[in-house]
Amino acid sequence: MPTPILEIRNLQVTFNTPVGPLVAVRGVDIDVHAGEMLAVVGESGSGKSVSFLAAMGLLPRSATVTGSVLLDGQQIVGMSPKQMRSVRGRLMSMIFQDPLSALNPVHRVGAQITEMLRAHSKMSERAANARAVELLEIVGIPQPGDRAMQYPHEFSGGMRQRVVIAMAIANSPKVLIADEPTTALDVTVQAQILEVIQRVQVQFGTAVVLITHDLGVVARVCERVNVMYAGCFVERGNVHGIFEQPTHPYTRGLLASLPQTGVERLVPIAGFPPNMLRPPSGCAFRARCDHAVEACGSAIPPLVPVGESESACIRASELMGRK
Amino acid sequence: MLKYVVRRLAWSIPTLCFVTFLVYVALRIGTNPVESYKRINPRASPEKIAQYIDVNGLDPNYVRGYFRWLVNFITLDWPRSIKGSREVAPALKDALANTLRLGTAASVVGITVGLLLGIFAALRPGGRRDVAVNTAAFVGISIPPYVSAILFQLFFAVYWSRWFGSTLFPTSGVYPPGQTGFNLGLMIRHMVLPTMVVAIQIIAVYARYMRSSLLDVLSSEYMRTARSKGISERRVLFKHGLRNALIPVVTIAALDVGSIVGGLIITENIFSYPGMGKYFLSAFGEGDFPLLMPWMVLIVFSVLLFNLLADVSYAWLDPRIRLE
Ligand SMILES: Nc1ncnc2c1ncn2[C@@H]1O[C@H](COP(=O)(O)OP(=O)(O)OP(=O)(O)O)[C@@H](O)[C@H]1O
Ligand code: SF4
Ligand SMILES: [Mg+2]
Repeated sequence: MPTPILEIRNLQVTFNTPVGPLVAVRGVDIDVHAGEMLAVVGESGSGKSVSFLAAMGLLPRSATVTGSVLLDGQQIVGMSPKQMRSVRGRLMSMIFQDPLSALNPVHRVGAQITEMLRAHSKMSERAANARAVELLEIVGIPQPGDRAMQYPHEFSGGMRQRVVIAMAIANSPKVLIADEPTTALDVTVQAQILEVIQRVQVQFGTAVVLITHDLGVVARVCERVNVMYAGCFVERGNVHGIFEQPTHPYTRGLLASLPQTGVERLVPIAGFPPNMLRPPSGCAFRARCDHAVEACGSAIPPLVPVGESESACIRASELMGRK
Repeated sequence: MLKYVVRRLAWSIPTLCFVTFLVYVALRIGTNPVESYKRINPRASPEKIAQYIDVNGLDPNYVRGYFRWLVNFITLDWPRSIKGSREVAPALKDALANTLRLGTAASVVGITVGLLLGIFAALRPGGRRDVAVNTAAFVGISIPPYVSAILFQLFFAVYWSRWFGSTLFPTSGVYPPGQTGFNLGLMIRHMVLPTMVVAIQIIAVYARYMRSSLLDVLSSEYMRTARSKGISERRVLFKHGLRNALIPVVTIAALDVGSIVGGLIITENIFSYPGMGKYFLSAFGEGDFPLLMPWMVLIVFSVLLFNLLADVSYAWLDPRIRLE
């Protein structure tokens, strides 16, 4: 296997909060390979955004980040702010959840794109403007020349998300983090935005990390999926393998809560994720797991190969047989 | 935009007429102009009094009287003051010039320092400098101008001359008694203390507005987007943060012009500074109707003007606002 373009090892993020340290990410390993579309799924608050904001160096001062993040061979953890700035937006960029608030309301859309271009190359203003219009065209905005002169409030939500994507890919980054890029949008628009992201992935060879709640989306566009729970990955592997045979009880719960044809009722996972101010010992899913045994509380279970996938459940092989 | 401004200005004419009518009625009830005239000119002949009533539009019928006044006002046929029979327009012009000078100096100092302090505080919320700015702003707002004015006078004039043998800044007027003609240095020295008194109020208000507005902006998503581009922190702050933060500040600031004017009036009086404030208080004390009415018109007009100015700058800062 080739070396991954983004290699995260034992990433830990702790927030210093008024009520004590909050451990949001607890030792995460991720490999993102050049040009692939990788999914990261998990409940709200599981640490998906924080993990990648850490990789982008975008966390507030209250966060402590340890571990290793190698982007194209460069160590990002501990980089000076100046070095970090030269990486951000050039090698790796990010799309956020809410396109309505992600663009600055007082600047023209085109100017917001050219700013991204000119932050990393000595482009003339003229050339940057032309490129911005091209980028708007690539993401499927009609009349890109006129649209570039407009302000964000003159665009619909879906169109704004296209603008955000155009901005993010302006410098042809190697890695694009898409943090729930469709959650805030209408269902019909969601599909279009996903299509744009897929097109970018293919056309620019950009690796995309797709953070989402939506397993349906994952099944459609991704090859590999990482399932996150309480700041750790609990399962990862090939999307179809995991859909057919999830190995971790949490993943199974997630899949059971998917709307399926033929099945009337959604079965959400009972209970709540743990309080990360006081993370539980051992498997964090224990309190909600039907299969928990005493041994589950002794140590955080590491990801180990189980069947086609990797699972962080100590009873994974045993439970697979039972199904 | 230009069309909007012209229309707003046109609209301000009926507004002005209506408000000045209210002012006219209020002044007639409040100061009883005819009685004031008789009090100040006890030996005035009945013809003189009748003439005074006529040129000032003091007809017993308020509506008829108001229109009489309005016609004289518009045709610049302004009656003279009741005390000393001074021409009103030049007196008003001098007062206005002095106040504009003081108000502009205080606003420039106050707004600049206030905004900078607000930014300075917001960049480290909860930090030591934030607490310092907040406390100072709180103290600045709590101390009324007449208290700070007297403290300054004590310190820079009374105690300073006791310690160093001469006053650092004079405490009254625009020039020392006997000075004739223009002298920039003297003028500036006379303006320092009143400017400081008014500016402190402005600084305190603006520092707080700016701080809270910028804090809102700093936590918004587009700031994170801006940061994710890899541009410098300074550019993130100035290019993306400040303009957004100024939008609410401008709106609130326009509403605040009234309290700045209030502060000016008090301050001018304490420093015997011959501006609009002193003009008003002495004219009001004498019930000098011919002096008071044009002053009122000017004040109402400037309030309208500031509102328009605020709306225009608001629209200029925020592309989502379309003036029509
Ligand atoms: N700035 C912060 N200060 C303190 N705690 C934070 C901060 N940002 C995030 N957290 C905490 O970190 C944990 C992980 O948050 P994160 O945003 O990564 O969740 P997520 O998986 O992206 O959820 P969602 O699906 O809702 O976006 C949460 O418990 C959250 O409360
Ligand atoms: S380790 Fe134990 S508690 Fe955790 S998922 Fe597996 S069986 Fe459940
Ligand atoms: Mg998130």
